[in-house]
Amino acid sequence: MQFSKRIYLFLIPGALLYFTFFILPTLGAFFYSITDWDGANTDFNFVGLANYMDLFTNDIVFMKSLGNNLKFLLAVVIFQTIFSLIFALILLKNTKTNIFFRALFFFPTILSSVSVAFIWSFIYAPSIGLMNPFLESIGLGNLTQNWLGNPEIAIFSLAFVQIWFHTGQVMIIFIAGLQNVPKELYEAAIVDGASRWQRFAKITWPLIAPATTMVVGYTIIQSFKAFDLVFAMTGGGPAFSTEILVTFIYNSAFSHYQFGYASAASVILMIIVAGITLIQFRLIGRNKVEH
Amino acid sequence: MIRSLFKKILVLLFALLIIIPVFMVVITTLKTSDYFYLDPTGLPDPVTFQNFIAIVTENNLHIHFLNSLIVSVSTILLCLFVASLVSYVIMRLKGWKSALLFGLFILGMMLPAQVNMIPLYGVLDTLGLLNSLIGLVLVSTTTFMPVVVFIVAGFMKTIPGSMIEASTMDGASEWQIYWKVALPLSAPAMATAAIFVGVMVWNDLLYPLLFVASPEKKTLPLSLLDFQGEYFTNYPMIFSGVLIASIPMIILYIFLQRYFMEGITAGANKG
Repeated sequence: MQFSKRIYLFLIPGALLYFTFFILPTLGAFFYSITDWDGANTDFNFVGLANYMDLFTNDIVFMKSLGNNLKFLLAVVIFQTIFSLIFALILLKNTKTNIFFRALFFFPTILSSVSVAFIWSFIYAPSIGLMNPFLESIGLGNLTQNWLGNPEIAIFSLAFVQIWFHTGQVMIIFIAGLQNVPKELYEAAIVDGASRWQRFAKITWPLIAPATTMVVGYTIIQSFKAFDLVFAMTGGGPAFSTEILVTFIYNSAFSHYQFGYASAASVILMIIVAGITLIQFRLIGRNKVEH
Repeated sequence: MIRSLFKKILVLLFALLIIIPVFMVVITTLKTSDYFYLDPTGLPDPVTFQNFIAIVTENNLHIHFLNSLIVSVSTILLCLFVASLVSYVIMRLKGWKSALLFGLFILGMMLPAQVNMIPLYGVLDTLGLLNSLIGLVLVSTTTFMPVVVFIVAGFMKTIPGSMIEASTMDGASEWQIYWKVALPLSAPAMATAAIFVGVMVWNDLLYPLLFVASPEKKTLPLSLLDFQGEYFTNYPMIFSGVLIASIPMIILYIFLQRYFMEGITAGANKG
């Protein structure tokens, strides 16, 4: 097929934007990470790897934010994946009722994180909220809590909101994957007398393993990106108990004006996310099932 | 029997977990503040629409609404235009060149926007685009371009080569083929991508928070964020704002569910 070389002109606007607002700042993060730039002054010094050393040896808040991010991530990955898979299996068939419930479960995804943060701040509020009176009314009064004020559990209260927010979306990803499973496989298995569990373990699971790998990878990365929700709900408090990596980066840069230092934390985030993506790709490649 | 009952209960529980909070938001907006503190969870008595008027006039919410609309619509148009041009080239080129171009442009999907927010602030500062809606549009366009290229280029590859070939025979220029053949045929993918970009930009807090400071440039999520400090626990006021900010997406969602699910899921596929 012939085409004129002028077709390359089509790339100019995209390439220009991409270079200015993506490639340049991404490289910039590496550059600033070895400086002591404060974000305002034009002159700054190169400090080598001092920012990285400080992060890992001197900064309790940074280490805490890594730990919180891990707690948040584990809670979300485990429960969101299980719930969304269960709902995907229940609502798999395209009946009218199922389509209605799918649309309902997906609904929170279209709301802004700020709106979701306000809704759940209200539900969690100790005196005027919904959660504590509800627990009391079903006889679980001893479980009432200051859900966002207690440093021990605030990060899990946030994880619960994240799960509420995105389970429907992940369910849809699973349904898309599951509807690709050929019906004949099930019919053959039923003829062979396979039990429900055997059918799941031997047919459904191997076929949705790639979807699961993708979902888990996506959920992990989402957990690292959960800036909007955490920032609007707790701002990282109380006592840094909900500080995660992205809020730490934001606060270092825009509250403490340590742009170089925050850039070093960004590079670490970049390495973590790139690592997860690479692992995910290798697993998906290995899990691909031919049928 | 028991298994199916258990499944139904599970589905109903999660349904209630979504319906009850939404219902609470709606009834709370209809309460006077005084009555809310008296009975935070009960039905409104009397019913008032005063909160909506107060929240808009006290905060110039109509201006922030308009800003959100301008930024969202401009980003959708610019992003779809730029990304579909790239997608078209990816379709027309064959072999390694096409694969390389595709790989380069979707690379951005791998990295969350948060990782380069600090240098990005520097770039906008240098270009004099801080505190401007144009800056927001350009940055958002770039951030979502990889996903749109992913959706649209993937779709364009399925256009039969013979259709493009026929157009070249007729002596059409590349621009004409792009504008008159490739683009109209990609309408479903473009719609999906438009919804994806629209939801993301309409709801985004991070970029406005980073790059916009003056009150008359704020978008809705940023404006909403101020309510916490301003109204503390005055939820009738706060939720009136939440409802106003969510209404456009809810209305679109009712009519375009399929595109929302496809768009946000396609974005998730590698978002």
